[in-house]
Amino acid sequence: MGAIMSKEIGIVAYGAYVPQLRLRRSAITQANSWVNPSSKAQGKGERSFASWDEDAVTMAVEASRDALGDFPRSAISGVIFASTTAPFADRLNSGIVAGALGAGDDVTAFDVSGSMRAGTSALIAGLGLAASNEGAVVVAAAERRRSKPGSSQELGNGDAGAALVLGHENIIARVLARFSVTRDFVDHFRATGDAYDYGWEERWVREEGYLKLVPEAARGVLEKAQLNARDIATLVLPSPLAKIEQAVAKKLGIPDTAIADGLSAKLGYTGSAHGLVMLAGVLETAKPGDRILVVNFANGCDALILEATPEILDFKPRRGLSGWLAAGKPVDDYMRFLSYNGEVGMEWGARAEFGNKYALTMEYRFSRDMLAFIGGRDKATRVVQFPKTPLAVAPDAAADRVAAYEDVPLANLQAKVVACTADWLTYHPSPPFYFGLVQFDNGARVQMEFVDVASGSIEIGAAVEMLFRIKEIDNVRHYRHYFWKATPATGVAAQKLEAAQ
Amino acid sequence: MSTGIRDKVAIIGMGCSQFGERWDVGSDELMVEAFVEALGDAGVTRNEIDAAWFGVSCDPINVGNSSVPLAVALRLPNIPVTRVENMCATGTEALRGAAYAVASGACDIALALGVEKLKDTGYGGLPVRTKGLFNDLWMPYGSAPGTFAQLAGAYSAAHGVPMPDLKRAMAHVSWKSHENGVKSPKAHLRKAVSMETILNAPLIAEPLGLFDCCGVSDGAACAIVTTPEIARSMGKANPVTIKSLQLSVSNGQESSYKDWDGSYVVNTRKASGRAYEEAGIKNPREELSLIEVHDCFSVTELVTMEDLGISSPGGAPRDIMDGFYDADGKIPCQIDGGLKCFGHPIGASGLRMAYEMYLQLQGRAGERQRSDVRFGLTHNLGGTPINNVACVGIFGRLGD
Repeated sequence: MGAIMSKEIGIVAYGAYVPQLRLRRSAITQANSWVNPSSKAQGKGERSFASWDEDAVTMAVEASRDALGDFPRSAISGVIFASTTAPFADRLNSGIVAGALGAGDDVTAFDVSGSMRAGTSALIAGLGLAASNEGAVVVAAAERRRSKPGSSQELGNGDAGAALVLGHENIIARVLARFSVTRDFVDHFRATGDAYDYGWEERWVREEGYLKLVPEAARGVLEKAQLNARDIATLVLPSPLAKIEQAVAKKLGIPDTAIADGLSAKLGYTGSAHGLVMLAGVLETAKPGDRILVVNFANGCDALILEATPEILDFKPRRGLSGWLAAGKPVDDYMRFLSYNGEVGMEWGARAEFGNKYALTMEYRFSRDMLAFIGGRDKATRVVQFPKTPLAVAPDAAADRVAAYEDVPLANLQAKVVACTADWLTYHPSPPFYFGLVQFDNGARVQMEFVDVASGSIEIGAAVEMLFRIKEIDNVRHYRHYFWKATPATGVAAQKLEAAQ
Repeated sequence: MSTGIRDKVAIIGMGCSQFGERWDVGSDELMVEAFVEALGDAGVTRNEIDAAWFGVSCDPINVGNSSVPLAVALRLPNIPVTRVENMCATGTEALRGAAYAVASGACDIALALGVEKLKDTGYGGLPVRTKGLFNDLWMPYGSAPGTFAQLAGAYSAAHGVPMPDLKRAMAHVSWKSHENGVKSPKAHLRKAVSMETILNAPLIAEPLGLFDCCGVSDGAACAIVTTPEIARSMGKANPVTIKSLQLSVSNGQESSYKDWDGSYVVNTRKASGRAYEEAGIKNPREELSLIEVHDCFSVTELVTMEDLGISSPGGAPRDIMDGFYDADGKIPCQIDGGLKCFGHPIGASGLRMAYEMYLQLQGRAGERQRSDVRFGLTHNLGGTPINNVACVGIFGRLGD
């Protein structure tokens, strides 16, 4: 037993993010009963779905922020982003994540994709990167997968993100061993440029895939760690297939009580992120000494065994998977779900024809402050403002020289609403468009969009916090520009929702 | 020490096209319609005009850029023409340019013309625009009603006025303008509307309903200005003169510095303060005879009553409900129907406000005519409550 690497590397933080919106599966089965009446039985529970302004990158950012809390961003040396639904095929998605987190320019960043194993593949790559680095490595996985209306994927999938921070100090879970099997077993595939998966018969996937390849990898990793199945406290087996965990556990000799919840009731299967999403949930309640077996099946299988350390009791994510799951807003808005995912084209009127080409030159000049939401404190007047401008905004600021600023990150601060409205006239993919003016205690004030707003929760003086979102998508060139939006501060929205119901 | 332009500029002719959904005509016809009326009114010929200022705001659906469209439409004899654009305050900005040219002695007779053809967009409301490539990066772009709607919540919070009371005062603002519009032959909307209809209209941007928003119209208005001396030499013994034209522009403190509470418009206060000083007005509530303000939305008019120093802080809703600003009140506001009912062709609106003052000061306002009109104020606001340009004009007779 012991660390598999010469230098002690492990998980030092974990976090998750789940979009607020949850679609009741009964809304899907009811809407599609005309074509598939037998799916009624599957209309139980809820699945999460991303809003129009969320994608794998924004969810990875939020999950990473959930894990990092106040962790110093300058200590991040690597950012690895895993997804099969990254918004850009060619533009470093992990670079956007790193920028939004406020990591320095000296980070190593790369994207991992290619299969539902991408999340654990990124974790494995991250362990290697962390071993050769002094700082911490953020491994963030997120998925926003499309599914054909009426398909079983539509019912079974969910949208979410998870993040692990790997490092050398205050390790809360160490990696005892890892083992991978790679086999071109094609249970499903999605060709480059296609929107949807194509899957093969489920019985074959269970019997030839999960029940053979997963045990092979699990036995391999147990042997490497010199452990037996009975030493495993928790089995994490992400899968879109119902009850496959029980069958695999039985085959391995792991008791049913050790099987981690697949999160289908409130979330759904979140693709390549699901292994890390489940792990982020398991770590919330893990006890020191717990050994966690993670097996991630896809064209083979990744297997890792983690062991919680006593430090796990001292760590809490900002909100954690359980917090995000509890903050859901269940809806029956099937058409909203379809529209957000581009499955139906709504009539948006002539205002939606607004040209929105972003000047990449302009974006780059301000990319650091815009991505990480950094304001500036004018060194002369000490007044904080956003954005930084050549001449500072304070009434007594100098006019005869360009201002010099100290960075003031705003992303992790709360602010208060000064003015707001719900605008039904302007084009917005999710009307009404909530926007207004917010005031930070440090003096910065910013005109902002409000998101994830329960009716009546945005009022003058209300506390808000910041979320990283898509500001706008260029419908012609398909570029997307990100910025921060304000949302009712943690707890506020949930309380309002309860009051409303 | 500047002496200002008080009584240095006389208005000798004005014209205003029919406002409304002018499906039958384009910008050129609108410009000519206003210009022909002004020329006849002034009793001058086209060749006597030394210079022109041309105001038009919404480029993509209009005449194209530069001053050439005005020069071509009016076939001006190769005189200097300046194109100005200052959002919804464009019309007053054009007048300001012409007035300053005359006041400086640079020219004897100058023309100001504003026009907007908004009904070529294919939809209701104003065309949407970017606010610049830098602002694209971070600024939320709401609709015009969305930006002004925010005044309401902030005003309610600042003055402790319950929203239902505020909504009622806002509804009275629109109700009154509809009553006035009926008596305004060139107005776009000439139909009285009940308070109940106004209060129950569909929401556009909370808390503004449909009737809290002004009309989007086609139209043009113009003015011909000269010196009082020349005006008198033309036989106009006591001409209408400009007592003041003041402009105030946001520098970003409302949006980026902590002081402003969102419940008023900084530049209206600054511009009106300077205008009163230039015009020698000590007590606007007592001295002004009538006012035309930028009632793009009912709540804008409401806060403007306080920003102009006519209603006390927090006192506008009461003054409004008391009928202080009604056609038969102490200081009628929007006696011609205002933006709300006369209509709001962006580039023309400031000049349309001046047109009503010009008529009223000469006793030529027909059914709408008030007695004893001495000083009239126009307030033309461009932009949003948070970033704007405010133009305040004061008009009277030379002898006053």
